[in-house]
Parts: sequence; structure tokens; C-alpha cells
Amino acid sequence: MGQRGSRTINNLKKVDDFMKEKTDIVNIKDWYIDKFEHFRKRINGNGRSYFNKIRREAISHFSKLGFPTTRSEEWKYTDISPILKHHYHLIETLPQIGVQDIKQYIFEKYSRNILVFINGEYAADFSSLNANKNDLVISPLEVALRQHSDMIQNYVSTIAKFSDEPFTALNTAFSRQGVFIHIPENVIIDEPIQLLYLSNASEIPFQCHPRNLIIMGKGSQAKIIESHHSLSQGIYFNNAVTEIFLDDQTNLKYLMFQNDSQKAFRISRTQINQKNNSVYNSVSIDLGGAIVRNNLGVCIDGENAETNLYGFYLMNGQQHIDNHTNINHLKPHCVSNELYKGILSDQARAVFSGTIYVARDAQKTNAFQSNKNLLLGEEAEIDSKPQLKIFADDVKCSHGATIGRLDEEALFYLEQRGISAVNAKNLLRMAFAHDVLAKIDSDPVKHYIEKVIHSRLNKEF
Amino acid sequence: MLEIKNLKVSVEGNEILKGIDLQVNAGEIHAIMGPNGSGKSTLANVLAGREEFEVTGGSISFRGKDLLEMAPEERAKEGLFLAFQYPVEIPGVSMANFLKQSLNEVRKYRGQEQLNARAFLSNMREKLKFVEMDEKFISRSVNEGFSGGEKKRNEIFQMAMLEPYLAILDETDSGLDIDALKIVARGVNKLRRKDNAIILVTHYQRLLNYIIPDFVHVLYKGKIVESGDKELALHLEEYGYDWVKEEAEQSIT
Repeated sequence: MGQRGSRTINNLKKVDDFMKEKTDIVNIKDWYIDKFEHFRKRINGNGRSYFNKIRREAISHFSKLGFPTTRSEEWKYTDISPILKHHYHLIETLPQIGVQDIKQYIFEKYSRNILVFINGEYAADFSSLNANKNDLVISPLEVALRQHSDMIQNYVSTIAKFSDEPFTALNTAFSRQGVFIHIPENVIIDEPIQLLYLSNASEIPFQCHPRNLIIMGKGSQAKIIESHHSLSQGIYFNNAVTEIFLDDQTNLKYLMFQNDSQKAFRISRTQINQKNNSVYNSVSIDLGGAIVRNNLGVCIDGENAETNLYGFYLMNGQQHIDNHTNINHLKPHCVSNELYKGILSDQARAVFSGTIYVARDAQKTNAFQSNKNLLLGEEAEIDSKPQLKIFADDVKCSHGATIGRLDEEALFYLEQRGISAVNAKNLLRMAFAHDVLAKIDSDPVKHYIEKVIHSRLNKEF
Repeated sequence: MLEIKNLKVSVEGNEILKGIDLQVNAGEIHAIMGPNGSGKSTLANVLAGREEFEVTGGSISFRGKDLLEMAPEERAKEGLFLAFQYPVEIPGVSMANFLKQSLNEVRKYRGQEQLNARAFLSNMREKLKFVEMDEKFISRSVNEGFSGGEKKRNEIFQMAMLEPYLAILDETDSGLDIDALKIVARGVNKLRRKDNAIILVTHYQRLLNYIIPDFVHVLYKGKIVESGDKELALHLEEYGYDWVKEEAEQSIT
């Protein structure tokens, strides 16, 4: 009887918490809607522009959708309520930052095309844009909105739809800054384009909603390095949306490296559309953030296309990382490879949800997916959820998820050769990350990232 | 060099070594033979410091220090080397990276200066020749995808790099064809010095045709039941282990 009584009280308390959470989320939703009105009035004189039109549509969808809760299947393992506890400022001025602060994050070897953003604002003084000529455009979004509005209108929000995704809706409503890249037909950009996002949060938390649009013409090739760094351990909320269009015979190598503040919140959505014979290589490295959710969706709408998605995450303390990937095979003779690996310590938590959809017409599809995790803490947790939805009958698809600890035999072997226990552990942890890091195309970038991971392992794990 | 006194070792409550006494001096080669399950590999692994073996009695002194007090890495730094019976595959750790770290830590401990990249490389090239290994091994992951023979040669190559005072070769001959066995034996013989010692743990006599031991010990049921010179190994080759077992059983009863 006693037990039963206490359970009822617990349930009542839960209902109470639930009601409170619900009220908070409703209030914060209204706060964003209210913010939008101020934002829209200030943004520019051209209220009738196409982009302003979709901003208004987006906020009205957001108003209907509201923020997701863990009761929604897509957000079951990621509770975003800590993100909603803060009122984030929309900043439109650049903080004072010295050249030296920025220089350390730039790969000097690739200096032709660098776009620097500080707290989400484009920093022209630190950027360098040397490629633009004729139809080739590498530009901050705010400039492109004036100069290439027709092209933007044809592509923006066509694949990252906001009608059923509240964070995409919020991004679309508030987006002002970001990157616009158009690589014309048969143009090959050898040197990686660097997109550098720096954060320097003061005591006032800020939010930003970067919006990127990358359009690659037939036969074009490019490499992009997107990196996120924090100059201070402050609170901020980065809600990014990127749309990538890969026409026939294109090749894009995209590296995303994220070393945000441990108090930062980050929601990202990257949506890719691939045509015939296109190749998309993605490497995503997540080290920072309090709560991080990456949505990566690829729609393979062409034959003989190839998609490679690689990811590595290193999380400790109370960090939470959620990688949602979605590959849609719509056409025959395509290949997709997916490998996500993570190391978790302390109470860190990771979610991996990988959906592979193979349409009835997508015969001869080869789709492979793997998620491997190294758990170093008794309280660390991983929820791995592979999902194959296959409607074609002549396909090769596989998926697997593993959770392991360090190999004791290998540790002993290394120690027997005089390597200290700490160094032996770090060697094996780096080795675990190796096959993902090996996919990084550029050696200086790979060495930099290896160094950051190694020093973090040394100090915090 | 090494002095083992009345060593008793248990695994999960079962006593495997029941009082081993063994003295190994600098410049000597000792072979430890015995039938399967006699405790040969246990002895090798206890010396290297493997945790799952519980030392319940006795002592081991290595170069004047209490070996049992030392962590595996310290034993290695003090100059004790184990050539593994089953070398471990470590994907993602290159041989070069592994050896550099190993050598640097060991040299630092011994008060030797760190090798620069050039010195390290030329040292490595020289030692690879000891076991007739190709330079391309250096860029591969440790033991990953190596054949059985390559793994064993790799152990001797590492021994050559680390220059230990005491090397314990745990069944290094097992699974080797005659050519690989000769290569391994030649490598080991080149590494013989007046100030180092080798313990060969083996089931068969054939390795001892190529590495001539000064002493041969027969381990049976956790005890050294016979000791002699290389003639003892030849005798075992001819007559097997049955006579050893019989004698041992008689002395117990």
C-alpha cells in the first residue's frame, strides 16, 4: 500500500512538472514570435522581397508547430528544454576581436576563399574572397540576397522545408547571415573554401541562425571546410540550415568541424540533393556543445551517384550529441556509405539515428551504415537506432551498431613496450577515431583536428 | 639478472605455479620446456606483469629490484621484454607511431636522449634487416593483417629496437615454417650480448637447434622437475615428456 501511495505522489509530481514544462515552452514560443516582429521591422525596407515573404510563412509555421518535446519520435532521446531556458539576443554588431584570435583558426595554406562569421555576423575585415568572377559566386548571404536574388529564390527552402520542422522554420524566419556559393558548370575549385564561425559570448547569451546555400553546376568540383570555434565558454544558440544542390557529375567534399563552447547549444540541418553521377563526401567532427543535434539528409535523385557520410564525436561531462542522418535512395545504381564513431565519457550521452530509405525504383542500390561507440564512463550512454526502409528487391543494404570498451589485450601489449598506461589508452582512443579522421581530405586540416582531439583526450579523459 | 624464488601463482583460485626457483645470469640463454598446461606461458606472463595472475607466494628480483612491485610499463622500461605468443592486432596505430612512443618513453626512463626523426628512421631500417622485414611494415597498423610469421618477426624486430636486458620469447617458434624459424633465430642470435639474457619458452626442441641454450628446464604441473643443458632438450625430442611425467609423479608419491 505504502509503495502504491508514493507512486501516486510521484505521478502527480510528474504531471505537475509536465504542465510547467509545457507552459515554459508555450511562453518561449511566444517570445520568439514576438522577437520576429521586431526583427522583421528592422531588417530592411523591402518588405515585399521573396525572402521576407518566406520569413513570414516560416514564422507562421513555427507558430503552429512549436518546439518539439521528447514525446515526439524524432526527439525521443534529445530533450531540448535546457535550450529554451535562456532568452537569447539577436546581435547585429560585431564584437571587438583581434586578428590574432582569428588567425589561429584559419588554415593559412588555403587563403583564397575565407568567410569569417563572429557570433553569426559576417566579418568582412577578416574574410577574403578572391575567386568571384563571371558566374562563380562565393559570397556572404546578405550580399547575395541583393545581387543574386533570382537564383536564391529558385533554390532556397526547396529541400530544407520548414513546414514540418520547427527549427528549420525558426532559422528561415530569422536568417539574415550565411553563405551563398554558386560553382558554375565544369568549374573546379581546388583549394578548400573556409567557412569559419567564431563565437565569443559575453554574459548575455546570443542566438544566430546561419543560412547557407550551395549550388553546384554540372561537372563542377569543390571542397568546403566549415569550422566552429569558441573564444570563451559562454552560452549561445546556433541554429543553422544548409541546402546543397549537386547537379550531374559534381563532386563536393564537405568537412564540418565543431569545437563550440561546452555551454553552447547547436541545432543544424544540412539537406543535400544529388543528381546523376554526383559524389558527396561529408565528414562531421563534433567536440563541443552542451546539446548538439545534427540533422543530415541526403536525397539521391539521380543514377550512379555516391554518398559518403562519416562522423566522429568526442563527448564528456554532461554533453549531449544527437546525429540524425537520412539517406533517400530514389534512383537505381547508387551507393551510400555511412560510418559514425564516438567516444563518450563521464555522463555524456549520444544518439545516433540513421535512416536509409530505398524506393521501389532504386534497384541495385548498395547502402551500408555503421555506428561504433567507445564508452569510457559507467554513466555514459548511447542510443543507436538504425532504420532501413527498403522497397526495392535487388539491393545490398546493411547496418550495424557496436558499443565497446578499450581492448585490454592491446593495452597490455602497449604497456609491455614501455608505453605508460595513460599514453597507451590515448593511443587506442586515437586509433578508434582513425578511420573517420583518415577521410579528411587535407593533411594540414587532419593534423590540426588530430591535435585538438589528442590534447582534449589528454586533459579531460 | 633475474632471480625467482619459490614463486606461486594462481588464476581464479587454481594454483598454476607451485613454487618455481630460477636464476638467470647476464649472457645466458635458458629454455623452459614442458608439456601443454605445465605453466610455461603463465610464467612468461607473470614476469611481464599481466594482471589476471595472482602471485600468492615467493619473490622475483630483476636487476636488483623487486619485479612484482612494478607495473608492466616499468618492467619494460627496466629492460624486460616479452615476445608475445599471440601478438595483438591494433588497427589505427601505425608501427612507426607505436615504436616512436615506445622507444621515446623507454629512452627517457633510462636517461638516454630522445632520437630525432632521422636517427629513429635509420635505427629502424637497420633493425628491420635483422628479421628481413620490408620497410613498408612501418606504415602499417601494429600487427594488423600480418601473417603468423610476420607477427613473430615483428616481435623480434621490436626486441631489437628496445634492446632489453631480459627477453622472454613465449612460444615464438609456434606456427612458424622452417624458413621463418631460421630468420627469427638469426635475429635473436644477433641480439645476444654479454649483458643481456634470454628465456625461451617452447614446447618443441627444434628452435633450440638454432638458438643454443645454456640451460634447459622442464616445467611440469607448475614445478621445474628437471634441469640440464641442451642435451636434455634432445633427450626430450627423442623420448617425449612421458618419462618426465612418470619421474615427477613418483617423486610426488
